[in-house]
Amino acid sequence: MPRFLSWSAAERLLPALTLAALLAGIFHQQPRAMSYFGLDLLLNLSIPIIFATLAQMMIIAINDLDLSIGAFVSLVACIGSTLLTTEPVLGVLALLAGIAAYGLVGALVEWRRLPSIVVTLGLSFVWLGLAVIVLPTPGGRAPAVLSTLVRVKPPFAPLPVYVAAVVALLGWLAVSRSSMGVVLRGAGGNPRSVARAGWSMLAIRVSVYATAGVLGTLAGLSLLGLTTSGDANIASRYTLVSIASVILGGASFTGGRVFPVGAVLGAMTLTLAASFLTFMRISPDWQIGAQGFILIAVLALRALLTRWKETS
Amino acid sequence: MKALATATTVLLAIGAVPASAAETKDMKIALSNNFAGNSWRQAMLKSWETVTKQAVADGVVAEAPAFTTSENQATEQAAQIQNMILQGYNAIVIDAASPTALNGAIRQACDAGIVVVTFDGIATEPCAYRIAVDFKKLGGMQVDYFKSRGIKGNLLEVRGLAGVFVDDEIHDGIEAGVKADPDLKIVGSVHGNWTQTVAQKEVAGILPTLPDVAAVATQGGDGFGTAQAFKDAGRKTPVIFLGNREDELSWWKQQKDATGYQTMSASIAPGSSTFAFWVAKKLLAGEKLPQDMVLPITVVTQDNLEDQLKHTEKGSVTNVEYKEADVSGLLAGLKK
Repeated sequence: MPRFLSWSAAERLLPALTLAALLAGIFHQQPRAMSYFGLDLLLNLSIPIIFATLAQMMIIAINDLDLSIGAFVSLVACIGSTLLTTEPVLGVLALLAGIAAYGLVGALVEWRRLPSIVVTLGLSFVWLGLAVIVLPTPGGRAPAVLSTLVRVKPPFAPLPVYVAAVVALLGWLAVSRSSMGVVLRGAGGNPRSVARAGWSMLAIRVSVYATAGVLGTLAGLSLLGLTTSGDANIASRYTLVSIASVILGGASFTGGRVFPVGAVLGAMTLTLAASFLTFMRISPDWQIGAQGFILIAVLALRALLTRWKETS
Repeated sequence: MKALATATTVLLAIGAVPASAAETKDMKIALSNNFAGNSWRQAMLKSWETVTKQAVADGVVAEAPAFTTSENQATEQAAQIQNMILQGYNAIVIDAASPTALNGAIRQACDAGIVVVTFDGIATEPCAYRIAVDFKKLGGMQVDYFKSRGIKGNLLEVRGLAGVFVDDEIHDGIEAGVKADPDLKIVGSVHGNWTQTVAQKEVAGILPTLPDVAAVATQGGDGFGTAQAFKDAGRKTPVIFLGNREDELSWWKQQKDATGYQTMSASIAPGSSTFAFWVAKKLLAGEKLPQDMVLPITVVTQDNLEDQLKHTEKGSVTNVEYKEADVSGLLAGLKK
């Protein structure tokens, strides 16, 4: 039966449609938001969330879950606001050490066959502890380069829009179009056959975790640029937000089903959802519930699409 | 280019500076709050509502809603402040989740021509106004009070939550006061975490090791528990400095009626939000105010105990809701 749109394309379009609907709602509530300045304000805090979401997506692609990403992003922001400003060389080394540590965690998970949830949950306390040691009381100052960089005003559209577009494109090329991407998704879908085909699962896991570390570092630095100073708890909610964004973007927890473009859109959707609810003047007591409701509504719609796809 | 042009128009519209300096009746002030989970914050929000509702009815400002973030997170509050910039508020009053993590958003607000006033949880961004609490003084005034009563001898110190800035400040104030006074000596120190039950347990634990205690310095929320610990240990009740909590004042009233017990009580009034409101209003009206202001400490004495207790709700904290004239008077005092 010829159709205007295939079911899987509709499923793929769902994150974009959700975001569009939310934006329409916001513009209706607050016409001022429909401008360069307005979009910049609404979306600039989504830049670090986009990076954190992609870090989480890498981990989810190989059937793991990272419960430490929020704490790691906070740690990066703390290192960035102290060491990186006062002793740039040492600061860069510290950040590289963080990425290496992420890779090591991947190795540990693979070697000892540990559940990633347990390892990363424990790790989140290590990151928090280190962050408190680096920056005992909130403060510090972001390197001037960072704060200028995130405040760049490019022509036509505000910076977050460009960042989202570029990151989504790169992610799509790397995960959905390259041969490395095939291996990555294969490692999540059927690790045994990937291993049998001659790939080292250890190498895969280490590089996936290290990539997540790089993305987490980018998240921390961009967040630092926006806030201009650090706090050991600054990004603790990113852990759950990043997982929700990945899933909202069409991914599944298992099977190597991840979509970078969807994940980026999911991150923007969750950033905007809170603003939308504030503009609607919904009482804060109901806001968490309302955010959850948006999430459930989108997921329910997706489940319906999947069912139609199977029956048609 | 059109996007840029629109952006500039919006910037101008949002950043509109009051044309006539004294007219604020069309202006909007928003409260950004990060946490509402304890009695102090609840009282703070309630005071804001009472005072601003009246101000709106009187035509002082057009609107003054309060917003609390659903999670106690700095990034969420930063987003909330950015939303307020978009909503076109002329001033934003903030009880900040972090002294530093909101600086970026606050800077954006200032750049858009918005007056930013932070209080209680203050922010370090230079363009914001800060209404801070002199916690050191809250410590020092306790020693001063003991001195004025002619108390000599051993002092027990009940501290707050370890590692929190407020605890360190009050402690420094007490320590500095004791150092300057050879008649007083700190013989013991426990962390009561600003909670009556914790304070009671901790004080009960240390009491057997202590000689006679003449006075107890506290941080608020711990005085009643301390008194219970002394009573349970069968020791004479020392002069316990209290912290304006309703249970503490009720206990004081009982003791006063029964034995003529004398002490003093001090803390920060949750109504400081209303102080911040009037400061924001004055700034919008074009008044020049110092960037850093100090919030007055609310004191309950032997003479006004009954009166204050009457106005303190059960389970709450002694409160003061400021009127514009009060704020003007206090600020005039500050300038001297």
